Amino acid sequence: MKVPLSWLKDYVDVTLPAAELARRITLAGFEVAEIITTGGSWENIIVGRITAVNPHPNADRLRLATVDLGQRQETVVCGAPNLNVGDKIAFAHSGAQLVNPYNGQMEELKPAKIRGVVSRGMICSEKELGISESHEGILVLKPEVEIGRPLVEYLGDSVLDIDVTANRPDCLSVVGIAHETAALCGRKMHIPEIACEESGEPLEGRITIEISAPDLCPRYCASLITGVTITDSPAWLQERLVACGQRPINNIVDITNYVMLEYGQPLHSFDYDRLKGHKIMVRRAAGGEKFYTLDEVERELTGDMLVIGDGERTVAIAGVMGGLNSEVTGSTTNILLEAASFKATSIHYTSRRLGLTSEASTRFERGISAGLTIPALRHATQLIAELGGGKIARGIIDVYPGKKDPALIPLTAAKVRRVLGVGFSQEQIVDTLESLGFDCRGDGAGIKVTAPYWRSDINQDVDIIEEVARINGYDKIPMTLLAEPVPPQRTEPIIGLKRKIRRGLAGHGFQEIMSYTLTGLDMLSNLAAPARPPEPLPARVVNPMTADQEYLRCSLRAGLLTTLANNRRYEEGGIRLFELGRIYLPTGESLPAEPEVLCGIMSGPRAERSWLGGDGTFDFHDAKGAIESLLGQLDVNVTFEKSLDAGLHPARQAAVVVQGGERRETIGIIGEVHPAVAAAFEVTGTVGLFEINLMALLPFAAGEKTYRAVPRFPGSYRDIALVVDAGVTHRQILDIISSYPLITGAELFDVYSGKPVAPGKKSLAYRLVYQSTTHTLTDAEVNNVQEQLLERMARELGAILRS
Amino acid sequence: MLEKIETIKLEALLNLEAIDSARDLESWRVQHLGKKSPLTQILRGLAGLSIEERKAAGAAANELKRLLEESSARKGQAIRAKEMAAEAGKESIDISLPGRPYPAGRLHPITQTIEEICDIFVSLGFQVVEGPDVEWDYYNFEALNIPAEHPARDSMSSYWVDTPAGDRGKQMLRTHGTAISARVVEKMRPPIRTIEPARVYRYEATDATHLNIYHNIDGLAVDRGITMADLKGVLFEFVRRYFGENRKIRFRTDFFPFVEPGGEIAIDCGVCHGSGCRVCKDSGWLEILGCGMTHPEVLRRGGIDPEEYTSFAFGMGLERLPMLRYGIEDIRHFYNNDLRFLRQF
Repeated sequence: MKVPLSWLKDYVDVTLPAAELARRITLAGFEVAEIITTGGSWENIIVGRITAVNPHPNADRLRLATVDLGQRQETVVCGAPNLNVGDKIAFAHSGAQLVNPYNGQMEELKPAKIRGVVSRGMICSEKELGISESHEGILVLKPEVEIGRPLVEYLGDSVLDIDVTANRPDCLSVVGIAHETAALCGRKMHIPEIACEESGEPLEGRITIEISAPDLCPRYCASLITGVTITDSPAWLQERLVACGQRPINNIVDITNYVMLEYGQPLHSFDYDRLKGHKIMVRRAAGGEKFYTLDEVERELTGDMLVIGDGERTVAIAGVMGGLNSEVTGSTTNILLEAASFKATSIHYTSRRLGLTSEASTRFERGISAGLTIPALRHATQLIAELGGGKIARGIIDVYPGKKDPALIPLTAAKVRRVLGVGFSQEQIVDTLESLGFDCRGDGAGIKVTAPYWRSDINQDVDIIEEVARINGYDKIPMTLLAEPVPPQRTEPIIGLKRKIRRGLAGHGFQEIMSYTLTGLDMLSNLAAPARPPEPLPARVVNPMTADQEYLRCSLRAGLLTTLANNRRYEEGGIRLFELGRIYLPTGESLPAEPEVLCGIMSGPRAERSWLGGDGTFDFHDAKGAIESLLGQLDVNVTFEKSLDAGLHPARQAAVVVQGGERRETIGIIGEVHPAVAAAFEVTGTVGLFEINLMALLPFAAGEKTYRAVPRFPGSYRDIALVVDAGVTHRQILDIISSYPLITGAELFDVYSGKPVAPGKKSLAYRLVYQSTTHTLTDAEVNNVQEQLLERMARELGAILRS
Repeated sequence: MLEKIETIKLEALLNLEAIDSARDLESWRVQHLGKKSPLTQILRGLAGLSIEERKAAGAAANELKRLLEESSARKGQAIRAKEMAAEAGKESIDISLPGRPYPAGRLHPITQTIEEICDIFVSLGFQVVEGPDVEWDYYNFEALNIPAEHPARDSMSSYWVDTPAGDRGKQMLRTHGTAISARVVEKMRPPIRTIEPARVYRYEATDATHLNIYHNIDGLAVDRGITMADLKGVLFEFVRRYFGENRKIRFRTDFFPFVEPGGEIAIDCGVCHGSGCRVCKDSGWLEILGCGMTHPEVLRRGGIDPEEYTSFAFGMGLERLPMLRYGIEDIRHFYNNDLRFLRQF
C-alpha cells in the first residue's frame, strides 16, 4: 500500500520526518519497504517572485529576470518563454542539485557568466526539479506560497510503501494508516465531514436489491447519482492516484478507486441504465455460466461463486471484478454505486479459481469490516456529485442481513500482564486503546472493550493485548529467561544415533552431503540394472514444478552418485561421501513411512595422494570396513550374508545383518555399485557403497555398554596357516574358532593362493590368542586346545595345517 | 680414613667436571667407582676396622659412592643431550613436507547449523522433536488457524501428494516447521519446551535467495506463567549466542495466524551496519525469525487450556542463518554439494 504523506496529513497532523514515521509504523507491525521522496534533493531551492523581466544586453532569446527572495534579490539569465512579473517560481541557488534536462543526470548548479552577464542561480522547470518531463517553460507556483520558504515545503512529498499484514485489510487505506499514525504519534484524527447532499428524487422504487446468498454477502449498500458527465478527473485526484501507483481513467472510476484507497472499502459503479429491470440480485452463479469481465476476458463461473446479477444476467463477479455488460462508459449519465461486504473465504476461492486478483479481491479476501461500506459509499457519492455534476437520489440503500452487535471484550490489567510480562495500568491501557479508536468502559473489575467499526481483526482479549504492546512498543517488554523449572527431556533415541553416526563417519573421512528429497522417476529407475521404476512406485507430488522434482525419493543413492559424478569433474583423489536423511515409502492409507537412512559411497584412490605413496582404489572391502568400524563404535554385533540387490555388482555385495540377544535383523547392504548403474550416472570406476536403515539399526544400537574386566593374565599367541578349498569362507573358520572359549582372538593376517598352494585351494593365516580369566595358561593347555581345533578344522572343513 | 675419603671425593668430582664424552665418562667410572678404585678398596677394607671407625668411615664411603653415582648419571644425561643436539644438526628433515594424510570428513553446513541451534536451545531446557515431511493439511494449516481459503495459504504455496486423504485432510509436503508445534501441543502435556528442525517445501521458483526445499527450525514453550518477556529473553539470548554479543537486535510487531501478539526479530545488517545496502534492501536490518505468544485457539485445539497455560512459539528459515553469518551469496550452494563449498565448513 502506497501512502503519500501529503494525503495522510489530510487526516492527522504529522510533523515527524518521513523516516522516523516509517520506523514507528514498521515497529508497530507494518513494514515500510521503501520511502519514495519527491524533493529530497531540493536543498538551496526556495520560493521567489519575479519582480522584473528585462532583455539580455547581448542575446535576443535570453532575458534577465529579477527575483525577490524575501531577504534579497537576484538577477539571473533565463531562456524560458513564460516569464511574467508577479509569478511565484522555484529559484535554485548555486550549489543546488538539479536534473540536467539534456542528459537526465543530477548536476550541481554553478555560478555562470552567460553572454557577459553573471548569473548566480536559476529559475527551474519541472524537469530540472525532477517532478515531470516538462521543460517547455518554468514552473509557476500557486500564488499563496510564501516567498523565501524552501520549495520542498510546498511541492515535496514522501510516499511510504507499506507491507500490510494479512490481518489488517483496514490498513490497505490512507485513513487506516492515519489511525495508526495518530496512535503512534499521539495525535488526534480529523476526518473531513462528508457532505453528501441528497438533493435528487427518492431512490426508493428505482432499484430493487435482493440478497439470495446472505451467507456470502452480509451487507449491500447502494446509491444512485443521476445526470453525471463522464470526464477526466481534476489534477489533484489524478496526482494522488498516480502517487499510489494507479492509473487515472475517468472521473467515476477514479473516484471509486480514490475512495477505496482512502477507506479501504472497494466500490463498484454500474451504468444504472444498463441494469435490466433496475434490479440487483446478489446470488450464486449458475454453473458453467460464461461471463466477460472488465478486462475483456471470458470467464467460466461455477455454482459456488458469488455474483451480482441484474434482472436477467450476471453483471459482476462479486468482490472481484465488474462486467463489460454494465460498465460505465463515456455516454453513461446515471450511476448506481455499490459498496458491499462479502465473505472473505468466498472471494478468495473465486479469485483463486479464476486466477484473477484485483485491488478489490485483495481487500475482500482479508475480511474487511462491513462498517466501512456506508462512510465510503457516502464520500464517493459526494465526490461523484461534485466532480461529475450529478444529483444524488434521496435515501441510500442499506441491506444488512449479516448485522451483528459489536462484541464487548472484557480485559483487565492483570490479563495484559499475564501475556506481556510487563505491567500497564488500566489508565495506560485505556489511553492506548482510545488512541486507536477503541471504546473502553470501566466495569469495576476491569474494562469492556469495543473495537472501532473499521477493525475486523479484533475477536478476543489477546488481540487487544497486542494493540497495547505494539503501540507502546515491544521495547517496553523486559527480558526474562523462563523462570519455571526445566521440563523433563525425553529426546527420541534416533536423534542421538544420527549425531553419533554423522560424527563417526566424518571421523572416518566421509564428507556429508544433502540433496533434494524430490527427484525424478528416471533417476530412481536408473538405480537398478537393467533400469526399471522402483516398486511400489514412490509417493508423487500432484503439482510438480519440474519432472526432475516429481517424486519423493525412496533411495539416497541417486543423490550420492550424482554428487560423485559432479565432483569428479575437478577432483581426482578419493571421494568418500555420505548422506543421512529420510526416504519416503507410501503405506497405502496413512502418511508415508519416513525412515532415516544412511548411505555412503567411496570411489577413487583409497589413500589420499601423497609423496608418501598409497595403494589401490576403493572397493567392496572398504565399504565393509567402514560399516564394521561404524557399527563397532556403536557396539553392534554385525555379520554379512549373501544378498541380491539389482543396483549392486551381483558378485560383490552383502546384506548387513545385526544380532542382539534373540533378535537378528537385516539392516542394510554393502557392495560395489553395479557398473551399469554407475554408467547411468556417468560415474567411472569402482564405487563402494553402504546403506543402513537407521530405524532397523536403532534397537540394536541403543543398548547399554557391557563391561568385562580387563584380562589379568597374559595371553599366548600362536600363528597358524590353514590350507582349505577355495570355497571355504573365513566365516566358517571363525565360527569354529569362536566355539573354543580359551581362544579370545583370531586375527586374519594373510590370504594366499598360488604356488606352492595347490590349485583350487587357498591358505588363510591367523594369529590366535589363548587367554584365561583365571590363570596363566601353560604350553600344555594351549597345545591341547590347538590340537582339538586343528582336528576339527580337518574334519569339518578339510583344512590342512600349512607347514 | 675420613680424610682419605674426602680427598677421593675432591679428586673424583674435579675429574668429572672436565669430562665431555661418553667414553671418558666410562673410564672415569672405572677409575673412581670400579672394582679397583680407591673407594671400592676402602669399602672392602671396612671389615678390618674397629667398630667406631667402621661406623664413621662406612657412612662416609657409602655416602660418597651414592654421590659419585648420581653425579656420573647426571653427567651422562648431559652428554647424551649434547650428542643428540649435535646429531640433529647433521640429520635434517624437511618439516614443510605434507604430513602423512589422515582422512577427515566434515558435516554438511546445514547439519552443523541445526546442531548448533538445537544445542543452544537444549542448554535452555528445550528438547529436540522432529515430525514428518509429508504432513496432513490439518497440522500444517487447520490446527494453526489457517483454514481453507485463508490468505496466509497463498504466501505458503504448497505441494500436494498423491497419497490418500484422511480425516485430517489431504496429504501435503509441510510448508513450515510450525506443523511440528501443532503436533507437539496435541501429543505432549505442559510443561513443554521443544526445538524442532524440519525440512520444508514451498511451491515456488528458486533463485539466489529462495529454494523450494529448505529448512526451518521452530520452537515452542508451554507452561503456567510464560510471558512475552520470556519469549524476548530466550530469543535475544539465542541471537546473541549465534550471531555474537555486538549485534543490534530489533523486535517488532508482525502477524502470523498462529500467534497473538506476533513479532519478528531482525539483526543489524552485517554488511552495512545499519546504513543501508543491497543485502538488507536498504533497511539496515536483516530479518531472522518470526515469533509470538501462541494463539489460544492453537492451544485449545491441542487440548491445552489457554486459561491455565500460556505459550510462546517461534520459527526461522535455517539456511538464511549461515548465509548471513558467513556472507554466502547464493542459497543454492547448500544443495549443489560441490566439495569445494562443503569443505569450507
